[in-house]
Amino acid sequence: MDWWAIISNTLRAGISASAIIYALAAIGLNLHFGYTGLLNFGQVGFMAAGAYGLGITTYTYGWPLWAGILAGLAAGVVLALLLGAPTLRLRADYLAIVTIAAGEIIRIIVRAAVLRDVTGGSNGLNGFANDFQEWNPLNPSQQYGGQLFGKVNLEYTGADLWELIVGAALVALSVFVMWLLVNSPWGRVLKSIREDEDAARALGKNVFRFKMQSLILGGTFGAVAGMFFAVSNNSVQPDNYSTPVTFFALTAAIMGGLGRVLGPVVGSAIFWMILAFTDNILRQSVGEGYIPASIMDSVQVGQVRFMLVGLLLVLLMVFRPQGIFGDKREIAIDARK
Amino acid sequence: MPASDPDTEFGRTAGRGGAAALRVEAWDNPADHAFDGVEPRPGSAKPDPILIADGVERTFGGIRAVSVDHLEVQRGAITALIGPNGAGKTTFFNLLTAFDRPDHGNVVFDGQPASGQPSYALASKGMVRTFQLTKVLAKMSVLDNMMLAAQAQTGESMWRGLLHGWRGQESDVRARALDVLERFNMVHMQAEFAGALSGGQRKLLEMARSMMADPKLIMLDEPMAGVNPALTQSLLGHVKRLRSEGITVMFVEHDMDVVRDISDWVVVMAEGLIIAEGPSDAIGSNQAVVDAYLGSSHSALTEEIILGQVPDPDELADGVRESREGGDG
Repeated sequence: MDWWAIISNTLRAGISASAIIYALAAIGLNLHFGYTGLLNFGQVGFMAAGAYGLGITTYTYGWPLWAGILAGLAAGVVLALLLGAPTLRLRADYLAIVTIAAGEIIRIIVRAAVLRDVTGGSNGLNGFANDFQEWNPLNPSQQYGGQLFGKVNLEYTGADLWELIVGAALVALSVFVMWLLVNSPWGRVLKSIREDEDAARALGKNVFRFKMQSLILGGTFGAVAGMFFAVSNNSVQPDNYSTPVTFFALTAAIMGGLGRVLGPVVGSAIFWMILAFTDNILRQSVGEGYIPASIMDSVQVGQVRFMLVGLLLVLLMVFRPQGIFGDKREIAIDARK
Repeated sequence: MPASDPDTEFGRTAGRGGAAALRVEAWDNPADHAFDGVEPRPGSAKPDPILIADGVERTFGGIRAVSVDHLEVQRGAITALIGPNGAGKTTFFNLLTAFDRPDHGNVVFDGQPASGQPSYALASKGMVRTFQLTKVLAKMSVLDNMMLAAQAQTGESMWRGLLHGWRGQESDVRARALDVLERFNMVHMQAEFAGALSGGQRKLLEMARSMMADPKLIMLDEPMAGVNPALTQSLLGHVKRLRSEGITVMFVEHDMDVVRDISDWVVVMAEGLIIAEGPSDAIGSNQAVVDAYLGSSHSALTEEIILGQVPDPDELADGVRESREGGDG
């Protein structure tokens, strides 16, 4: 077994574009579910709204990239208004139903053949974000970084590093905004809605307005995640925006600890590190014959690693239900209710 | 649990010295003569009503839960709403506070129409309620529970929350919250999660929190339910203090001793209707009230019970024997 390769790949997964995308999406889910108690099962819909808002305006209509980014943000806000207006006055589960459906509806619409001229159909849109690498102050083809202890490969091309720097800046900005907001009186009202919205109402809080603001802001984080996904790949593909994305992001948020500002970021990094770690271990074990082909072949590794993530999540819920950053006392209170 | 929570503290004092040892202060009653000359009948006009309900009706399916022709609630007084289980008291509360919509009817609060307004708007105008099942915000600290209730906080705007303009107001709100907590003997619990409090402490917190919302009219739905007698005394003291500060109180209660002790006026509901109104010392002798609680056939003994004149056990036994003999005969 090549342990150094396993360690390198695991570390690189923790600081990858994927980890950044899921961190951003999970920050939004944390605002929705961790702070406001809104069950949004369609965060991927907000990601798709952002990605396609950007892709369609820049690729199909030839807008500049910066204008496309504004369009992507606007698409996220519009989607939040559309989903929130009919459901936020109802019980929490209605939002869950509507959002999970909306995510699928968006994916099916954008991949429809009739819309090929606008959305690119099942091929998606490609090559609309060339400006992003033009703004890169680094040399895209040069290698940066180096080997840690001479063994752990932490080298990145200028193009990749630029992506990671922009992504990390987005995550840092989102965390900062979240930190300011959840410690403000606004955040206090959100938490009160999570605990008991009738109590909040009886104390003069316009619950619908606060829920809508939370849905919009959390959805905007989702749209930013989708746009970062689109720009870093320089393409949008409809099937990248399917339902499991939401649940992976939710897994990351729960692992990190709901209702904690840094929870989603650390949770997302750990989620991707676990995936890479199990993937590498299994792949090497299969390759070197430690695991016989009668049990598992290298094609099945991709599925088995998700089983292992599921198992880890179960263990986490048993031994540390509050997540990594959570407060055990809060879980104790939940049990008392 | 802290050793000196008001719950047990009062419990111990009560155990030692009885009711007299409780730290319940005597508060002025500005409503002492407010009801002089008010006719004790359903729907009677009050000299200065803060709340007027007119023709408020609510049905659930075929069941008429509430049908109130007219009710006026006197400003600055403590009004009790009593009635047997299922009389529609809580439903009526929900209708008044817009937590439920009446089929028709009008509510006027503090001279302004309240019908059709959302519940949060009424709350921020000063009609603040509590709930029968206490609603504390479990995973927030006691202090956060209190600070949430302050009205017109600039930091509650999302954009302003991002900036720091609300910090000054926040420290004012905190100081006021600590003040009110002090008054309720709960300052030492400010950092605890509200969900870690005992049932009685939650009732206290809910009442203290309503105070933070600058109420003109505070509506308490069974504030004493499930609270030990000593803590009840302390809650009663707080309610009287509210009145002495000019806040109107309306409350639902089952315990007739409590009702008699603090209320200036009693409204009795049964089967959705208001069947009687009057000063608390007279309401027990009202025939409609006695009928509502006990059915229309009953003995003089049961009337005594509703009047709160707890009979001598021997007498009670005699009464039971009598009624048995009567039944046999």
